[in-house]
Amino acid sequence: MAGERRGFLKWILGGGVAASVGSFIYPVLRFVDPPAVPEAVVNEVVAGKVQDFKVNSGKIVKFGSRPVLLIRTGETGWRAFSAVCTHLNCTVQYKEDARAIWCACHNGMYDLNGNVVSGPPPKPLDEFVVRLRGDEVFVSRRA
Amino acid sequence: MRRATIWLALGLVPAGLAAGPPKDSCVECHAALADELQKPALTFATDIHSQHGFSCADCHGGDRGADDAEIAMSAAHGFKGKPARKMAPQLCARCHSDVGLMRRYNPRERVDQYAEYQTSVHGKLIASGDEAAATCIDCHSVHDIRAVKDPLSPVHPLRLPETCARCHADAARMAKYKIPTNQFAEYRQSVHWEALAKRRDLSAPSCASCHGNHGATPPQVSSVAAVCGSCHAMMEDLYDKSPHHDVFAAMNLGGCVVCHSNHGVKMLAGEGSVCKQCHEAGSAESRTAAGMAATITKLDSALKSSDAVLAQAARSGMEVSEAVMKEQDGREALVKARVAVHTLDPFVVQKAAEAGMAIAAETRHAGEAALKERDFRRFGLLFALLAIAVTIAGLWLAVRALERGAPPLEESGRR
Amino acid sequence: MPLAVGKGRLERGVAWLDERLGLTSIREFVAHKTVPVHSGTLWYYFGGVTLFLFAIQVATGILLLLYYRPTATEAYESVQFIMTRVQFGWLIRSIHSWSANLMILAAFIHMFSVVFLRAYRRPRELTWLSGVALLGLALGFGFSGYLLPWNTISYFATKVGTDMAGSVPWAGPALARFLRGGDDVGGATLTRFFGFHVAVLPAVATALIGLHLMLVQRHGISSPPWIEKRFAATGGRVPQMRFFPNFFLREMMAWYAALGVLGCLAALFPWELGDKADPFASAPAGIRPEWYFLAPFYTLKLIPSHVGFMEGELLGLIGFGLLALGWVLLPFWATNRAGVERTRLVTGAGVVVVAYLATFSLLGYLK
Repeated sequence: MAGERRGFLKWILGGGVAASVGSFIYPVLRFVDPPAVPEAVVNEVVAGKVQDFKVNSGKIVKFGSRPVLLIRTGETGWRAFSAVCTHLNCTVQYKEDARAIWCACHNGMYDLNGNVVSGPPPKPLDEFVVRLRGDEVFVSRRA
Repeated sequence: MRRATIWLALGLVPAGLAAGPPKDSCVECHAALADELQKPALTFATDIHSQHGFSCADCHGGDRGADDAEIAMSAAHGFKGKPARKMAPQLCARCHSDVGLMRRYNPRERVDQYAEYQTSVHGKLIASGDEAAATCIDCHSVHDIRAVKDPLSPVHPLRLPETCARCHADAARMAKYKIPTNQFAEYRQSVHWEALAKRRDLSAPSCASCHGNHGATPPQVSSVAAVCGSCHAMMEDLYDKSPHHDVFAAMNLGGCVVCHSNHGVKMLAGEGSVCKQCHEAGSAESRTAAGMAATITKLDSALKSSDAVLAQAARSGMEVSEAVMKEQDGREALVKARVAVHTLDPFVVQKAAEAGMAIAAETRHAGEAALKERDFRRFGLLFALLAIAVTIAGLWLAVRALERGAPPLEESGRR
Repeated sequence: MPLAVGKGRLERGVAWLDERLGLTSIREFVAHKTVPVHSGTLWYYFGGVTLFLFAIQVATGILLLLYYRPTATEAYESVQFIMTRVQFGWLIRSIHSWSANLMILAAFIHMFSVVFLRAYRRPRELTWLSGVALLGLALGFGFSGYLLPWNTISYFATKVGTDMAGSVPWAGPALARFLRGGDDVGGATLTRFFGFHVAVLPAVATALIGLHLMLVQRHGISSPPWIEKRFAATGGRVPQMRFFPNFFLREMMAWYAALGVLGCLAALFPWELGDKADPFASAPAGIRPEWYFLAPFYTLKLIPSHVGFMEGELLGLIGFGLLALGWVLLPFWATNRAGVERTRLVTGAGVVVVAYLATFSLLGYLK
């Protein structure tokens, strides 16, 4: 009788410990296995290849979860700004003919320094830094 | 004797240093009077003219340095007394249209206000002898004039509508001009007022934005779209290319205001109700209207349902901030679809809405995935709790088994 | 006495280790360790629970270190990454945050149980001192760790906290600069707090825990004086329970229960992330520190800005300093020169402090 009880006890304790330890170890093992995207994109993104950008054109690039407007002003001239209009958060676009940044929502206009030229926006656009490495274009935050 | 001279000289130095602003006997005397004669003197210190060193005499004439009222307010010194209200524009223009003078105080200050005023309805009425029309002092006040940027100024963007309404909402006053007096009441229902008053967006339009300030005149029927288009450029562009443009022009109707009204501008509800004003039910146009309305309503409710799922996930403690940010793109697509309505082309509206529908589906999916993950976590928790409960039970049984035979208590052990 | 008698592989392995590590003497020592059995035995579990929760902190902290980045630009995003992208990252992070709070709570309970069960008496004064130091370290862990996610609430809590440190007389400004790594709370503060949190404090804590545990082993577990007296009257000793396996098994139940509580908290009430810190934004309304700092926080709020010729905050800090000093020196004034216990004084002091902390923490939370 005592033997059976001890056996039952061993099962309960052993099984419980095994299951509980398993439920602790399993998440830890999954945790140390790095996820598919190995790091949070925070400071720098690759916007594309230099050849992909026409002179005097603009493109919206994802920077983390916010849009950034990358403008190629000339053969070697690049500007990048936050694409979120400072008026009511619409996404701005580059206007080639005016060589200016325009917001379609309420006709706000910014120049190529990000400063407000006309319309309702109250603040200039945040500027980003553009660097070329080889033939790739990198956009990063200002320090 | 020498010492006395030195003391006297020393005494005069502080007196000289404490000379302060130039003498203004007008304010000094009138401050001691009562009622209507005292009021201007009390408020004048807050007036922007006073702050630039001007005195009452610069508008009313007279000698500010003379303490004797007879001399200070003599015709010889140019004293004019209280000018008639209708003379105010000319009086103000004496300085405010003088480029050379204004440049001394603010080189960027405009000097064409009087010229504009003379083209305005108010100015023309004054010129025709109607003394009840508005002049400078009715809007800018007098003796306590503040800069437009000063929130206490009656013409500060936040206070301008009520300043205009002082007359234009007064039915008795406006009766003889036969114009409506419901503009302010309607304007207060509008999205523009909401932006201005509730969101404090000073760029939002008030009366002067569309009617002009000094040259206040309602826009002509043909220029309504251009006026609205100064901010709503895309809408104006699309409207000009749409069938409505020629039709409304031919009927002499004022563009945007036909559907959106002039003062009580609101977002139009999606069911195409405003289209029924002209288009019969069952006509091709009303079917087009219904189609566009349905597309937009579908996108709106897709976004709302995605929003609800994400909110539920967030309330359960799940991290869904990225999907919430993506929803912003979806709302932009809804705005684009609404803008596309101005083309009156249902296919354009459909295309604009499609991008939004895709985003709404994606974010809703993210929300549902978050809820599934939440359920998985709770299931995992249950499993772990079960394992823990079983282990605790096992430990307790082990303790009991251990102590049944031999008691755990010992007499030995340290103190 | 050699351990291994049989020829089995396990026995031989144990014998191999025993020859090198001296496992036998450890075993004999543990076999003699006992725990007093009386109405207050329940309180004896809290020291072990605090230690267990600390071990959880170390383990989850090391795991978080695999992904966390201690710079102002990346800290928040790396925590967000852990919460959203890393598999079970939400679990490890939430357990780390909840266990921190539970550990401090357990430490407070452990400390007050020592006061009310009079376990600070001679010869355990150093155990008390090392324990109070450990509580201070735990609060330091909490304060430094709180900033690491670099969100709004932690940024402003750190601002308020370092400002208070700065108003300490004479050494204040230097202390504040030392803590902040500069004149303002910024990236330098984050790096510094990270260094404190993962290197400096753990090193000191390890040493102090080692000392604390060594002293506990040396002096054994104390029984309250009234229990001792009761048994001395009949000529016996306080009944004891073997530590291993009896008390140990029970302790394991407590540890497992703590794990269960942690799991529920982490899964049902995951720790918030909030918004990224923006030094240029104004402090959000109703900002307040974590619960373990609420009592002094609320007290300082109540003190008028000037009391007599002194700044109110300074007076408050001096008050707390004196209170803390008195509390640290408790074993030394708990007994008078003649060796008689000032029992009522100590009980009274203990009750007052618990009541003050409980009431003011609650008030600080509600207001």
